[in-house]
Amino acid sequence: MAKSSLDKKFDQIRKREEEKTFSTKKRSRIVNKFLNNRLAVLGLIIFTIIILASIFAPLLSPYDPMRVDLRSMRQPPSFDHWFGTDSTGRDVFTRVLFGGRVSIFIGLGSAILSAVVGIAVGCYAGYKGGWIDVIALRISEIFMSFPQIILVLLLVSITGQSLFNLMAIFILTGWGGMYRLARARMLSLREEEYVQALRSFGLSTFTICYKHMLPNALSPIMVNITLSTAMFILTEAGLSFLGLGVPLNIPTWGNILNVAQDILILQNYWWMWGPVGIVISVFVLCVNFIGDGLRDSTDPSQQG
Amino acid sequence: MKKEILKLRGVKVHFPVQAGVFNRVVGHVLAVDGVDLDIFRGEVLGLAGESGCGKTTLGKAILRLVEPTDGEVKYISKDDNETELTSLEKKDMDPFRKKLQIVFQDPHSSLNPSFTIFGSLQDPLKKFGIKSKEERRKIIGDLLEAVNMRREYMDRYPHEFSGGQRQRIGIVRALCLEPELIVCDEAVSALDVSIQAQVLKLLMQLKKEKNLTYLFITHDLSVTEYLCDRIAVMYLGRIVELCDSEDLYNNTLHPYSEALISAIPVADLDKQTKRIVLEGDVPSPVNPPKGCPFHPRCPKATDICKTEVPTLKKYSTNGNEHYASCHLIDLPEIS
Ligand SMILES: Nc1ncnc2c1ncn2[C@@H]1O[C@H](COP(=O)(O)OP(=O)(O)OP(=O)(O)O)[C@@H](O)[C@H]1O
Ligand code: SF4
Ligand SMILES: [Mg+2]
Repeated sequence: MAKSSLDKKFDQIRKREEEKTFSTKKRSRIVNKFLNNRLAVLGLIIFTIIILASIFAPLLSPYDPMRVDLRSMRQPPSFDHWFGTDSTGRDVFTRVLFGGRVSIFIGLGSAILSAVVGIAVGCYAGYKGGWIDVIALRISEIFMSFPQIILVLLLVSITGQSLFNLMAIFILTGWGGMYRLARARMLSLREEEYVQALRSFGLSTFTICYKHMLPNALSPIMVNITLSTAMFILTEAGLSFLGLGVPLNIPTWGNILNVAQDILILQNYWWMWGPVGIVISVFVLCVNFIGDGLRDSTDPSQQG
Repeated sequence: MKKEILKLRGVKVHFPVQAGVFNRVVGHVLAVDGVDLDIFRGEVLGLAGESGCGKTTLGKAILRLVEPTDGEVKYISKDDNETELTSLEKKDMDPFRKKLQIVFQDPHSSLNPSFTIFGSLQDPLKKFGIKSKEERRKIIGDLLEAVNMRREYMDRYPHEFSGGQRQRIGIVRALCLEPELIVCDEAVSALDVSIQAQVLKLLMQLKKEKNLTYLFITHDLSVTEYLCDRIAVMYLGRIVELCDSEDLYNNTLHPYSEALISAIPVADLDKQTKRIVLEGDVPSPVNPPKGCPFHPRCPKATDICKTEVPTLKKYSTNGNEHYASCHLIDLPEIS
């Protein structure tokens, strides 16, 4: 059978399509853009170093962060004690490493958990709308309008200080932001035609919103997770400095900083609070750089 | 004998308009306001009208992508079983979702950017009982070839395709469960003219091969004449004229259709008719005008048009059924 002119035309188009070199995968384009952002890469490197150092703390330091050594109290930085020792002779460098474990765990853990809660609620409510959405929105507003510090005081006075309580408070006050972000994304995504197409097949709400829509809402959420991590770490440090955060016997960056409340230490023993302060600042800065880099590289309006 | 596949009776879709702090409902957008329409098996029914007249909403109401406020949508199967769709429970709708599909207008939002073509098409197939992955890949691959694309494209991401290719993938998606009726919602409007022609030809070819019925939504009356067997013209949520496509161009009854047809650019200079320019915009579907909804813009409007709503009446032109709703038609009405 002779080919119709239509077939021929399509063959031509097809040939052209094959000749055209297809652009590289979307994923690698985002990675490339991220790697082009020097600050973000620098942030990622330092971030990784600090995290690895915290995880492998026992390998990096011969000291026990809790062991009191009265013979070497308040020693300035030396070859044996890189960041010096504190008032009970504990090695500050070791405490910063071990403190990083807890502080980063609190920051990252609270950010990820509040994202999980916020996304789970926000995706469903944003896609479904109706009364579920109204109720979730009001609840999130209530939690977000509560000053964190008052919630902390409340919970600490009721249940006492603990790491768990602190994280619970961070999640309670933090999920609202994530929820709103996820909800807003879903509200705009649900009008997209591919969502309508999935609905026209009668797929379940769960499949549509968590499997097919969520991946397209993730990039602003990832950015927000990094930024919240930084914020939670700072808040933990602030609360622990005031003696309201993690119980003092657990080393965290905030608890190490706590000694600077003493004017004597603040004036005479800079190594007890200086290095840990710098580590906190550098870490938070790095996390923010990473967040900015992620935002720029995933922003579809800036695709180059 | 022509057999219906869908019968719409009094279909209405009203969207609430909310305002104020407490989201009180202050009115309704009468997007579709009482549509009666029969669609026959194997035909191409055009649905034309200006932007905002409710074409998409009507198409979506048929598939229950928006819930009709009122009215009936009846599906008649090949062996003459009638089912009313709008009153079905969600899960009872599934067998009919297979039969009724839609191709969308915008090739840029019609594919999920996070999934490969296969990734986003496989869930519907899974849901409708095609369990093995090989089988799913075969179905999608075969359909891709049917729309003149390569099987391997199923593992690519949407951003790797051009607008015309995406639209063909949208057609693959609509075809993957072997539907009987496809709503083509301005399926080619977003494409270049040369590519439009190719996709249209492809659609017609597929229709022949697979015995499809099309509800072909468009705002451009110049393409419909050659494609459609019948054309329905919509204005402000209602059908104002419905007839064989030839009759719409040669024996136009409704002043609104006349205006739309006169706006089609004509290549032949001798045929050039006087262009009827419609004044003003489409009135808001929240507060449609009293009387004939078209009267504020109608060049022929008389006093009766301002007070009385014309109903869709049946006439005969060229020996064919011809429906129109206008007070000034001086043909005998047939029952
Ligand atoms: N979800 C919605 N909520 C409120 N109003 C809506 C909604 N969807 C559509 N409308 C309104 O209903 C009317 C009809 O819209 P529809 O999209 O059906 O028009 P259309 O004929 O398809 O137009 P176009 O040619 O621009 O696609 C418009 O006035 C629109 O603003
Ligand atoms: S009824 Fe009157 S206003 Fe309406 S279309 Fe006919 S002539 Fe025009
Ligand atoms: Mg439309």
